[in-house]
Amino acid sequence: MQVDIIGEPRPSRLSSRDRARRAARGGGSPRSVPAPLLVPAIIAVAFLVLPLAGLVVRAPWGRLGSALSGSDAAQALVLSLWTATVATGVCVVIGVPLAWVLARTTFPGQRLLRALVTLPLVLPPVVGGVALLLAFGRTGFIGRYLDSWFGLTIPFSPLAVVMAETFVAMPFLIITVEGALRSADQGFEEAAATLGASRMTVFRRITVPLIAPSLGAGAVLCWARALGEFGATITFAGSFPGRTETMPIAVYYALENDPDAAIALSLVLLLVSVVVLASLRDRWLRGAVQ
Amino acid sequence: MTEGSAGQGGGGLAVGATVRRGGFTLTVAFEVPRGQVLGVLGPNGAGKTTLLRALAGLTPVAGGRITLDGQVVDDASTGAFVDAARRPAGYVFQDYRLFPHLSVAENVAFSPRARGLGKAAARSAARYWLGRLSLADLAGRKPAELSGGQAQRVALARALAGEPALLLLDEPLSALDARTRLDVQAELRQHLADFAGPCLLVTHDPLEALVLADRLLVLEDGRIVQDGTPAQVARQPATEYVAKLVGLNLYAGRADGPAVTLGAGGSFVVPGHGQHGDVLVAVRPSAVVVGTQPPQATSARNVWPAEVTGLTMLADRVRLDLDGRPPALADVTAAAVAELSLRPGRQVWLSVKATDLEVYTRDHGL
Repeated sequence: MQVDIIGEPRPSRLSSRDRARRAARGGGSPRSVPAPLLVPAIIAVAFLVLPLAGLVVRAPWGRLGSALSGSDAAQALVLSLWTATVATGVCVVIGVPLAWVLARTTFPGQRLLRALVTLPLVLPPVVGGVALLLAFGRTGFIGRYLDSWFGLTIPFSPLAVVMAETFVAMPFLIITVEGALRSADQGFEEAAATLGASRMTVFRRITVPLIAPSLGAGAVLCWARALGEFGATITFAGSFPGRTETMPIAVYYALENDPDAAIALSLVLLLVSVVVLASLRDRWLRGAVQ
Repeated sequence: MTEGSAGQGGGGLAVGATVRRGGFTLTVAFEVPRGQVLGVLGPNGAGKTTLLRALAGLTPVAGGRITLDGQVVDDASTGAFVDAARRPAGYVFQDYRLFPHLSVAENVAFSPRARGLGKAAARSAARYWLGRLSLADLAGRKPAELSGGQAQRVALARALAGEPALLLLDEPLSALDARTRLDVQAELRQHLADFAGPCLLVTHDPLEALVLADRLLVLEDGRIVQDGTPAQVARQPATEYVAKLVGLNLYAGRADGPAVTLGAGGSFVVPGHGQHGDVLVAVRPSAVVVGTQPPQATSARNVWPAEVTGLTMLADRVRLDLDGRPPALADVTAAAVAELSLRPGRQVWLSVKATDLEVYTRDHGL
């Protein structure tokens, strides 16, 4: 007996717009998304966007100016911006060479080193802050000598803020750049070598320019992570207004005394993040993805 | 191996070396005098690119040595090694590898700059080579904005701008379409003629090798199977691969007087060929006459039956694959295919005049 598996080919409706769209995509699949994928996708969007929308809706738009000026917002913002930028600079200067070493050489213990280097990604930032304190604190095993030999005290200073941010943000840069170095076409580097370029010249003139999009993306991620740093910073650097109180810390304290100011400060951080992402996304993030 | 033969000449390139790359081993010994273009011909995986990489210093030799103009650049026994950056070799890669972020002029200026010239001097060196290769108009373009033929010229200019003592070209025309290839081939021939040092040109296109090279080296499975002038290689191919490349029927056999007994079955009679023992017999497909009846009155001494197994349209004729003792390729006109109703399975008679059979010893050219 013959079983009719396919059944009658009953036509469904396909509008002329859909026809044109499918033709333009070279056949392909219909545009509609199956419900088992669509519903979770919408939930995900709602989860990510609704809280931010709530922030915008609840903002004290009328007295935004006074809410901001009432706090140390400007000071905190300036501190946050410059420390995040310096931290990113430090990450680039020492992180890119490390990424190169991880990507282009082999040595015993490399896997362990790679794991260690990316540890701050998964480590609770507070733990990072405690670790920094134990190393560079006044009685830390390094800080002790910095203090007695050079009179240099790191904790609870802007330098500590930069160090905490660097510690937490550097893995973002290293991972991005190392991935780019691994997938980069080494044929160009070989070609440069046959043209007489030393290894350092190859790195400077060929390798770095070719991974520039990924380096940019890594730096942006790194900067954004540094800007939002809270746990390690408050542990290692404390929260002295104007000295070590960064925006996230200011938001946290404002939430206790002056919720409106907290919202206003959060809005500023949100705005800065959105502007940075939007202005860099097209140029760098997309290049890194492709 | 062959340490004695390598590096005696002084000028030019002398190689007697074993190169290992992955699980592959290449063992070669040859010399290239200054001004000679050596075509390196061989199937994929024969070791052509491995050879160029060893000469450029990208892959060190595992044994033996390489000397360039009397100077040892790589010697496995003493450990002497001049790395790629300090070896005066210009390398034109198969995919050109033009630096995508640099303009044409910056690409060409790269080598003079890397080899120590100042910015201005490097720029003027680049200008010179851009002019030599008629690229001046493209100086400001990025590689992505070049056609295949232009990119090939830029790659050559970039390699030459470093004033190399040795020029290496890896399938320089294979990335081009057929039309462009002919134009670029003629130009390339001129530029190679102008180059004073030894030049190696890797290709798997026999026509390219015949047109561009002064001498051919045929590589198969990591060793040299033939070394000779293009004319020698084309007339008396040493292996089946070379015969196929140059479009000849090739048979291995044993000569005993005028008779040659073929390994593939059958025999030929070739009076006065003067060879003994292991020989090769080459015959052009166009010299194989195809008929549907056994030829009656003919001067051809060599006649045998065969079956058509395949037909391929060539530019102005049809190539028949024929199974018999021995099997053969034969070229006939399209009209003959129609008149003799040649199709797979058709029984035919083949004949070849003895004067069309080239008989030569098997180790020819080595």
